[in-house]
Amino acid sequence: MFMKSMTAAGILAVLSSTTAFADSHGCTIGARVSIVGNEFPAIQTVGAGAQECTGAEVSTNLTADHQEINVPGMQGNPAEYTSAIIANSSIVALMNNDVIRPLGDLVDAYGEGLNSNQLITIGGDVMAVAFMANAQHLVYRSDVLEQVGLEPPSTYEELLIAAEAIRAAGIMEYPVGGAYAAGWNLAQEFNNMFLGFGGVHFEPGTAVPNVNSEAGVQALEMMRALSEYMNPDFLTHDSNATNAEYRAGNIALMNMWGSRAATLVTAEGVPQEVVDGFAIAGPMTVGGGDIPASTLWWDGFTVASNISDEEAEATFIAMMNGIRPDMMQDEDVRTQAVWLIPGYEPTPAAIGVFAAAEAGTIPYPMLPFMGLMHTALGNELSDFMQGNESAEQALADVEAAYTAAAREQGFLQ
Amino acid sequence: MKHRTFFWFFLPTGLAMLLFIAAPIVSVVLQSVFAPHEAVLETVETCTPFRCSEETAINQEATRALREERPLGRFVGLDIYLDRGHLAVAEVAEAWRSTDSFGAFFSELGDLPFYRAMGFTLTYTFTVTPLLIVLGLMIALAVNALTQWLKGIVIFFSLLPMIVTPLVGSLILFWMIDNRGVLGNFLSWVVGDPDLSVKASTPLMWIALIVYGVWHAAPFAFVVFYAGLQTLPEDQIEAAQIDGASRWQQVRYIVVPHLMPLVTFVALIQLMDNFRVFEPIVGFNAAAHATSLSWIIFNDMSGETRQLSAAAATSVMTIIGVAILLSPVLVRTWRDFKGKT
Repeated sequence: MFMKSMTAAGILAVLSSTTAFADSHGCTIGARVSIVGNEFPAIQTVGAGAQECTGAEVSTNLTADHQEINVPGMQGNPAEYTSAIIANSSIVALMNNDVIRPLGDLVDAYGEGLNSNQLITIGGDVMAVAFMANAQHLVYRSDVLEQVGLEPPSTYEELLIAAEAIRAAGIMEYPVGGAYAAGWNLAQEFNNMFLGFGGVHFEPGTAVPNVNSEAGVQALEMMRALSEYMNPDFLTHDSNATNAEYRAGNIALMNMWGSRAATLVTAEGVPQEVVDGFAIAGPMTVGGGDIPASTLWWDGFTVASNISDEEAEATFIAMMNGIRPDMMQDEDVRTQAVWLIPGYEPTPAAIGVFAAAEAGTIPYPMLPFMGLMHTALGNELSDFMQGNESAEQALADVEAAYTAAAREQGFLQ
Repeated sequence: MKHRTFFWFFLPTGLAMLLFIAAPIVSVVLQSVFAPHEAVLETVETCTPFRCSEETAINQEATRALREERPLGRFVGLDIYLDRGHLAVAEVAEAWRSTDSFGAFFSELGDLPFYRAMGFTLTYTFTVTPLLIVLGLMIALAVNALTQWLKGIVIFFSLLPMIVTPLVGSLILFWMIDNRGVLGNFLSWVVGDPDLSVKASTPLMWIALIVYGVWHAAPFAFVVFYAGLQTLPEDQIEAAQIDGASRWQQVRYIVVPHLMPLVTFVALIQLMDNFRVFEPIVGFNAAAHATSLSWIIFNDMSGETRQLSAAAATSVMTIIGVAILLSPVLVRTWRDFKGKT
């Protein structure tokens, strides 16, 4: 469905793109625009697009620490930032603090040409406009798998077999790359595996944790099994480190973000066999389930509530200029992300994310208390990964840590 | 000084202290006894690029009304101080009841974030502080014995660890102890274990952090002691030499007593600094093995949902911790002061 609508949109946009291109530089705004967001290339492109508008100042603050400044920067009145670029995990903090406005009227007035699936609606209100999709999926070395005579794995069980074969053949000692750094990354890998085993983080309709379950234990045991094939320093490896390991030719199989996969081997000094062997596939399933052990993500923009209507209008117009369809003509821009923008034609680097969407991967939970659960997982699972305690104990610790935090935040009584 | 003169003399400093020290502390304490309102949750239809589904969300109108009614939030007293993320009173009591040996009790304690952080922080503080004082003194004595033209260069290089930004310094060491890095490789060659990984072992990681701490702070002690050495009474040294005192005896009976006030000063500053150890834990990505109170504050503030009240409670506990650590030194200084007047 996702693939279909994207392709349909692609065809439509090819037909209309010439006209769109002609009037792209007609962006004039009447009030200040100030954007805060993450710093990866796709968002840089959107920010630069918004800054092409004339008539008033458009400033951007694109940084990896955007989550720490967007809420404080939008709580004041008037807000410092008129727009925050966020993902499905981080929009929650903005909603919890009531700092973004519904966009229905602005979409009606200036949102012409947006696909309906770009509109993030919560309880009937459009709260954000999405422009790209993301997911973690398999990245592998086709040459190494050929050497051991195996197909790219479609399940984590097959990945373990492939890893053992590569080690046994003496090609690599630690063939699996895992972004298992204690904290956010480790928690995210658990989320992937937990959802793959059919787990649900909370008891439906409540903030009561539900990770200390059979799926939770199975997920941790699979993570432990995988870690046997990872560089022993895995608890310090974030996705930057696993990327570096892949580039250095030290690993052959890893779960990597779609937004990073496209540029993985374009860095300088990557050995030729790594460049040639670079290949992408969809996310893997686990434990015989049919839902991939991964999560779907979107990135989009919001508009602050503590600003004047003129500023909100200007912000929306500028952001729309940052995601205008004719940008999809540019080959470099196209490879930067899996865009949801009309006119986008997928590049080969996008197949992993498309496969994730087609296989029914579950979107990262957009719940008010998911951030607390993520933090608790990131802090409490490292003891298990080091072999210091049982899976059940680690998950009980997660629930206890989450419960304390959720009580403080008023989600649990 | 007349009281009136003193008052006007002290007023600007006093105001600045009120504004920049007292007011933030009051605000942090206030923050730590208030928590966000109970969330009013509702189930609404949520549509994303991938699908529409029924999801739990916060009811904005109801929550806004609550916030306007009581803008500070909900008063929770000491609840946050006592919860699992902090003193964990209930969990500690439970661990005490359910374990039959001290070993088991302490291992249960190590599972609770506050006690785990204190375990590392106190070990770090009480190994790094004496080590850096001794090392700083040794460097100062060595440099002081050098010929004039060598001193400048040696002093510059000795100060480098302090000049380097802590985060950058720890990152450099972090890459060196990687199992593919210079030091990591060397270590595994020394012990003959190719799989040895400093970053995967808790004791080795602690040692790496402590080595970093000493490396980073020793120059501070060195500079202070070196300055002190310049005021060393030459006549006493000469007298000692005539009496046939060895170099060690000179250091033990003349240099160290002369520098003692400076040792107290360095100890004071470094106890405070080391108790708030933070940068190396982040730089070394060491959170799996070692945490500190400052790291907990950082972690509470950097999640998708910022836990302001939890972070505030930990901040207050850090202030209390520093006060307890410094109390012996402060009491001594007070006694010395009373003795003099």
